[in-house]
Amino acid sequence: MLTLQCPYCGVMAEETELHAGGEAHLTRYGPGSEDQDFESYLFKRENPKGVHFERWRHVNGCGKWFHAARCTVTLEVFGTYPAQTTEPPQDIKDTITAKRPGWSLRNLT
Amino acid sequence: MSTRLATGGRLTDRDIQVKFTFNGKHFRGFAGDTLASALLANDQMVMGRSFKYHRPRGPVASGAEEPNALVNLGKGVHHEPNQRATTTELFDGLAATSQNHWPSLEFDIGAINSQLSRFLPAGFYYKMFIHPRPLWKHVYEPFIRQSAGLGRAPHAETRDPDTYEHFYAFTDVLVVGGGVAGLQAAKAAALSGAKVLLIEQTAHWGGRAPVDGGEIDGMTPEAWVDQTLAELAAMDNVHLRTRCMGAGVYDHGYVLGYERLTDHAPAKDTPRHRLWRIRAKQVITATGAIERPLSFAGNDIPGVMLASAIRDYVVNYGVSLGDRTVVVTNNDDAYRTALLLKSVGLDVPAIIDARPEGGGDLMQEAIAQGIRVEKGRAIGKVKGSKRVTGVTLCSQAGEGGLLDEIACDAVAMSGGWSPVVHLWSHCGGKLTWDDEQAFFRPDLDKAPISHDGAPFVTCAGAANGHIHLSHTLQDADTAGQSAAQAAGFKPKKSQAPQATAQDEAPLVPIWLMPQGAGYGLRSKAWLDYQNDVKVSDVQLAAQEGFESVEHAKRYTTLGMATDQGKLSNINGLATLSHALGEDIPQVGTTTFRPPYTPISMGAIAGEARGEVFQPIRQTPMHDWHAENGAYWEPVGHWRRPYCFQQSGESVEQAVHREVMATRDSLGLLDASTLGKIIVKGPDAGRFLDMLYTNMMSTLKPGKCRYGLMSTENGFLTDDGVVARIDEDTWLCHTTTGGADRIHAHMEEWLQTEWWDWKVWTVNVTEQYAQIAVVGPNARKLLEKLGGMDVSADALPFMGWADGELGGFPCRVYRISFSGELSYEIAVPASLGRAFWDRLREDGAEWNATPYGTEALHIMRAEKGFIMIGDETDGTVIPQDLGLDWAISKKKDDYLGKRAQERSHMTDPDRWKLVGLETLDGSVLPDGAYAIASGKNANGQRNTQGRVTSTYHSPTLNKGIAMGLVLHGPDRMGEVIEFNTTAGGTVKAKIVSPIFYDPDGEKQNV
Ligand SMILES: [Zn+2]
Repeated sequence: MLTLQCPYCGVMAEETELHAGGEAHLTRYGPGSEDQDFESYLFKRENPKGVHFERWRHVNGCGKWFHAARCTVTLEVFGTYPAQTTEPPQDIKDTITAKRPGWSLRNLT
Repeated sequence: MSTRLATGGRLTDRDIQVKFTFNGKHFRGFAGDTLASALLANDQMVMGRSFKYHRPRGPVASGAEEPNALVNLGKGVHHEPNQRATTTELFDGLAATSQNHWPSLEFDIGAINSQLSRFLPAGFYYKMFIHPRPLWKHVYEPFIRQSAGLGRAPHAETRDPDTYEHFYAFTDVLVVGGGVAGLQAAKAAALSGAKVLLIEQTAHWGGRAPVDGGEIDGMTPEAWVDQTLAELAAMDNVHLRTRCMGAGVYDHGYVLGYERLTDHAPAKDTPRHRLWRIRAKQVITATGAIERPLSFAGNDIPGVMLASAIRDYVVNYGVSLGDRTVVVTNNDDAYRTALLLKSVGLDVPAIIDARPEGGGDLMQEAIAQGIRVEKGRAIGKVKGSKRVTGVTLCSQAGEGGLLDEIACDAVAMSGGWSPVVHLWSHCGGKLTWDDEQAFFRPDLDKAPISHDGAPFVTCAGAANGHIHLSHTLQDADTAGQSAAQAAGFKPKKSQAPQATAQDEAPLVPIWLMPQGAGYGLRSKAWLDYQNDVKVSDVQLAAQEGFESVEHAKRYTTLGMATDQGKLSNINGLATLSHALGEDIPQVGTTTFRPPYTPISMGAIAGEARGEVFQPIRQTPMHDWHAENGAYWEPVGHWRRPYCFQQSGESVEQAVHREVMATRDSLGLLDASTLGKIIVKGPDAGRFLDMLYTNMMSTLKPGKCRYGLMSTENGFLTDDGVVARIDEDTWLCHTTTGGADRIHAHMEEWLQTEWWDWKVWTVNVTEQYAQIAVVGPNARKLLEKLGGMDVSADALPFMGWADGELGGFPCRVYRISFSGELSYEIAVPASLGRAFWDRLREDGAEWNATPYGTEALHIMRAEKGFIMIGDETDGTVIPQDLGLDWAISKKKDDYLGKRAQERSHMTDPDRWKLVGLETLDGSVLPDGAYAIASGKNANGQRNTQGRVTSTYHSPTLNKGIAMGLVLHGPDRMGEVIEFNTTAGGTVKAKIVSPIFYDPDGEKQNV
C-alpha cells in the first residue's frame, strides 16, 4: 500500500486516502481532431516498466488532484507536484535523471 | 508411547489442570500446554488424516509450520476448521475434532486412496478429469467438491458471534519475532530513542534459545531473555506484544499484524482478533528458522518428528514422543535432541548420521554418553502404520540394502534449517543460496524498497542465515542499530551480547535418503505432508516437462496446502532441481505470499460488518418512511421507499394505489436524495456548457433546464434539471446515485484541464430536504399553506422561485418527472421532516399520498422520460434515445462531442428508443431481446432490439415498455417478437415512448 505526499496539504497520504487517475500529462483532443489523435488521447496509455507519471486525487483528504512521478518496478516515488501543469517540473525531472539516468517516457526525458 | 514426563515443562504449570475433549473423548492437560502437547501427553498421537491418501498423521512440528495436526475447533457458531493443534493454547472446555476422515479417525474408508496411490500420481486431477467434457458438471465436479478441503466449512447461515477490530500503529522500527534475535534487535534500536514495536506470534518470549541451550553474557538463555525483556519493558519508546504475528509486509513499510486476544481464554470480553495495520519506517524480521524434514520412506508415519520439535515437547511441556527415539540427521544440531532425551532418562538406540565423517563436538559428547552413532548411514524405511515400530538401517550412498533393523517408537529427523524469509520476500526482497549451510538466505543488497528509494526491511539472526547462537546475537545487534539509523536516529555504541554454544561441524545436504532409493522407497518419501506430495511425484512432474518451479508446484500441489510449504518448500525444489539436473539457485523458489499463516476472515473484516459494513444514508424523512410501511430499495448508499405498504396490501397493490392517487389528486415524493451541486463563478456558464450536451450559459436566472451529461467517450452518464440561481450561480441536480460521482467529475476537469477557469463547485445534496408535490391538486395544497405566489403566471413551468410556504423558507422548482402539475420544494434539511408532516396533514383533504420509487418510475415511463441506468448502460449515447433536442448544435465543444462524431456513433443502424406495447396487454420481460431472422457467426439467434424499461401501467391498465430497436423510430406500428423468460415469445407493437398526455397539457397548467 503506497504512501504519497499530497503537494497541497503536505500529508503523507495512505493509498486508502487516494484515488488513482491513470497516466498524467495527456493532451486533450476535441472536435475537429484527427481520428488517430483522438483515439490516442482517449484510449492509448503507457504502461512502462520504470519511470511513470500518474494522476492521483487526495480524495479522502483535501480533495485535490496532483501528479506523482514514481518507478513502477521498485515503487520508489521521485516526487509529487500539483496537477496544474502540462509537464513535470524541472526539479522532478532532475531527481529522476539522477536516479534513473537515460530515462524517457513518451516525449519526456 | 508418547507420555508426560515426571518432571519438566518450562511453559506448563502442573498445579493447574485443564480439561478438554478430542473427538468427544475427555482429556486433561496442564495450563501452558498446547493442544498438541496435551494430546501427546495422553498418547493421542494420531490427530488427523492427510488430504489425498487419508493417511493417519500425528504432529511433525511444534509450531506454526505444522502441516499435519489440523483440527476443527469449537462447536456451533464458534466452529472453526483447520486450526493447528501445535499453536492452539489449551484452555478449560476446549473441544476439538479431527478432520478428513469417515467414519472415524481410527478407521477411515478414504485411506483406500493410499492403496491406490500408484493410480493417483502427480497431476492426477488434470489427467483424469479433462475428458470427456460433458462429464464435468454432473460427475467430476461433484466428486471433486466432495473430496476437496480438509476441514468442514461453517454453515453459510452461521453468524460469527465474536467481535474483531483493526488497530492502526505508526512506529520507527518494527521488529517481527520475539526470540533472542528480536529482543536484541529491538533493544539496539530502542537505545537510539527510536519508537520500537516488537511483536511475537507465540505467547512466550525467547524463541528457541531456552530450549536449545548455550550461554549469553554468562547467563542461561532463559535468564538473559527475562533480563532483556525487563529492560525493554522499562523503556517508554518500546511497545511489546505477544500472540501477535507479522502476517505480511507490503509497500512502503506497511505491515499487517495479527493478534489473537482470546483464542487462549474465550471467556474474555474483548475482541477475539485484532488486525494491526502498521506503518513502519524500518522493519526488522527476526523470524528465526524452521527445521527441515529428511526424505526417507515412511517419514510421515506418526512418531516421526522434527528433532527440534521433540526437544520443544520435552523442555517446554515435559512431554516425550516415545521411549526409544532414533535420531536421523545430516547435521550436528539433532545431536542435541539425542543428548536431551538421554538426560531425561529416555532411550536413544541410535543416531543415524548421513555424513560419512559424522559430526563434531556434539557427536563426541553423544558417543561419550554411550549412544550408538552410525556414520554415513541412512534410514531405509520406517516400519509401522499408525505408529512407528522401528527403522531399517542402510548405507546413505546405496539403494537401501538392509544393514540392520532398529526397534523404536519415535524418530527424530533433521535435514538442516531454513531461515524464515517469508516476510523479507513478501514485498520483493530477493534471496541468495548459501551453499555451505544449504539454504536460501536474504540477499541484503536486494531489499524491499520504500517510497524514498531506500531499503526498509532488514533481517536479524537466524532469519538472516545466522543460525549459530553467537552469530545470531551479533547480527541482531547490528540489524537493530542500522534500522534505527535508517529511521533517522543515532544508534548508541554498545557491546553485542557475548554468546557461546558448542561449535558445529558442517552439514551435508541430503535430499533423498538413501541416495539411490528406488521407486518403492521414493513413493513413500513425503515432501508435502498435508497435500500428500512425495519425492516420486515431483520427479514425475520434472519428467513430464514441468521445469519451472511455479508450474511443478501447481501440477503436484506441493506447498499449496494451508501450511504453504513451510516444511516442504526447500526439499521439494531440491528434488526438482536434482531431477532436472540443475543447481538449486537456477531453479529458484516459488513466491512467498502473505499471510505467513492463515488469519481469520473476522480479523480482516474488523468492525466492518452488519450496519457498520456500509453505513446507510438517510433522508430527514427516513424515520417517517420506516414507521409507515416503507418497502425499502437500495439506491446508491441510500435507502429509498420503493412503496409504502398499507396493512393487507401487496407491493403491487401499494404501487398501483400510489400512482392512481397521484394522477387523480395529490402525491408526495421524498426527493431529497437527488444530487444538488452548486456551480459558481465568472466561468461557471462556460464550464457547464462543456459539461452538458446542451447550452446552460444561456439559461436565464429564475429558469430551469433539463440537461444531459456525456463522458468524454460520448456515452450518456447522468441527467437532471439545472436551475440558474443568479448571474454566476447554477444549481445542478443529478441522479440519486450520481451526486458524488458527478461532483468528482466536475472537480477533475476543473483541476486537471481547465484549472485557469474561475469556478467553484459545492455538493450540497445533504443540506436540503426536497419534496415533490405532484398531481392536479398540487397547487391547491401550496396555496392552502400560504406564502409565496405559486400561480402559473408567477411560477410558470420550468421556473423556480425562493419564498416561504406555511412559514417554511423554501425554494420551489416547477419541474415534473411525472407529467402532472408538480412542484419540487427544497427546504433546509433540518426542516425536512416538519415540512413533510405539514404537507401530509394539510394535504389530507386531497388524499395526499406519499409514493415511492416504483410509482415514480412508472409515471416517468408513462411519460416516456428516460432513466439513467435503465435506458443507459454505458454504451448508449443521447442520440440513441431521441434526445437530439438536448444536444446543442451551436457549441464548438462539450465533453463527448468529438466521441459522438465517430463513425460507429453516427451509424444509422444503432438501435434507437421507442415505446413498446404487447398485443395481449402483458408486461414484457425486462431486458428481453427482440428476435430477428437468421443466426450470427456464433450460431446465436440474431436480435434487433431490447427492452430497457417495462411496467404494468396502472393509469392505462396495460403493459408498457421502452426499448432500443433497430431503425425503431421509422417502424411505428410494426409488430416484433420478444423472447420471454418462459421460453416462448411475445408480440409487441412499436409505438411512441410517450404513453400518457403526449402534449404535456397536464404538467403545464
Ligand atoms: Zn491533500
